[in-house]
Amino acid sequence: MTAYLADVAALARKDLKLELRARDTLPAMLLFVLSTLVVFHFALPADAGEDAAYGLLWVALVFTALLGLARAWVAEREAGALDGLVLAPSDRSAIWLGKSLATLAFLVAAELVALPAFVVFFAPLDASALVGVVLASIGICAVGSLVSAMAAAARGREVLLPLLFLPLAIPLVVGGVGASISPDPGTYLVFLGLYDAVFAILSWAAFEYVVTE
Amino acid sequence: MGEALLIRAAGLEKRFGSRSVFRPLSFDVSARGALVVTGPNGSGKTTLLRMLVGLAAPTRGTLDVALDRGRIGYVGHEPILYRELTALENLDLFGRLYRVPERRERIGMLLERFGLWEARAERVGTYSRGMTQRLALCRALLHEPDLLVLDEPHSALDDDGATLLDAELVSLAGSSALVVATHEPARLEALATQRLVLERA
Repeated sequence: MTAYLADVAALARKDLKLELRARDTLPAMLLFVLSTLVVFHFALPADAGEDAAYGLLWVALVFTALLGLARAWVAEREAGALDGLVLAPSDRSAIWLGKSLATLAFLVAAELVALPAFVVFFAPLDASALVGVVLASIGICAVGSLVSAMAAAARGREVLLPLLFLPLAIPLVVGGVGASISPDPGTYLVFLGLYDAVFAILSWAAFEYVVTE
Repeated sequence: MGEALLIRAAGLEKRFGSRSVFRPLSFDVSARGALVVTGPNGSGKTTLLRMLVGLAAPTRGTLDVALDRGRIGYVGHEPILYRELTALENLDLFGRLYRVPERRERIGMLLERFGLWEARAERVGTYSRGMTQRLALCRALLHEPDLLVLDEPHSALDDDGATLLDAELVSLAGSSALVVATHEPARLEALATQRLVLERA
């Protein structure tokens, strides 16, 4: 178990280091989420109400995550590095977990900018909305890292990733919006927690079959 | 008593759609054997080597490799390195994943041997193709594999690098099994125990 966690930490650290050097994912995510919120601010009618704004927040977050996921396996695709990870004797699910944690770190960084901007432009966020964002982000990165690995191996990866990811993200959007606007946010938070648990286990177990022939 | 067999392939076939990559192959490689694979471009050398290391599955036939994947070293067409990491960082990452004991000492020794010590802190993306190939060889040798699978390892190497690689292969020949695909079989004539000539199917 210690060796497994050490592998996960080494792989996630590698992704953070690559991003610190290349700076080709996080700046794009930050710019995208901010500009999207600005556009929504001007596009949304003044009398649209807060509920619509919460919906738009989730549109911005999901597409920002998609932007990050699209680049998640670029470094592995270049120079065949994924082959090296797959051939290593460590458990292959560690590759998925390391990637999920690194992607989560980028998404959280984008959210640290997006959420204050949302509060400034649109409406306040209460504790249940914030917990919803945290839980949905975990789900997005867990399932997103799996499907982006599937898409990375395919020829039409730019088209395939949204086709695979967006349907799987719909329950997260429902849960996230529900946690933000429902009078009973607890139900939605439990739903998000269950989604995370189920899809994290499925992704963890399925990853080996995604990266091997 | 004969030497233990490391690789047994029987009726091995690989198809991409309806296209067969090579005619059915059968061969064995012993624990200290050296198989040299030759053939024209498109004859399936790379595909065969990817099957041997477990990166591709045969369509038909059986392939048994009596080793854990952690005991195999592989250099393919791609260097299998991160371009934004330095040589040291790349080898450290793979050394961790391969559980290499005394990792730092082993990395230092390999970088010295392959003439990359001075460039150890430079990003691989700034390396020439020859330097990248040398580093790829360091990565494949890092965990002292029992089976070394090399796909055209002399490509991109200058004379010094190629001589260095030849010497390395000679020193490994007695202790590890080797499978080398090459367009220069004469370089490996001295250590080859078996030869496999592939033809387009």
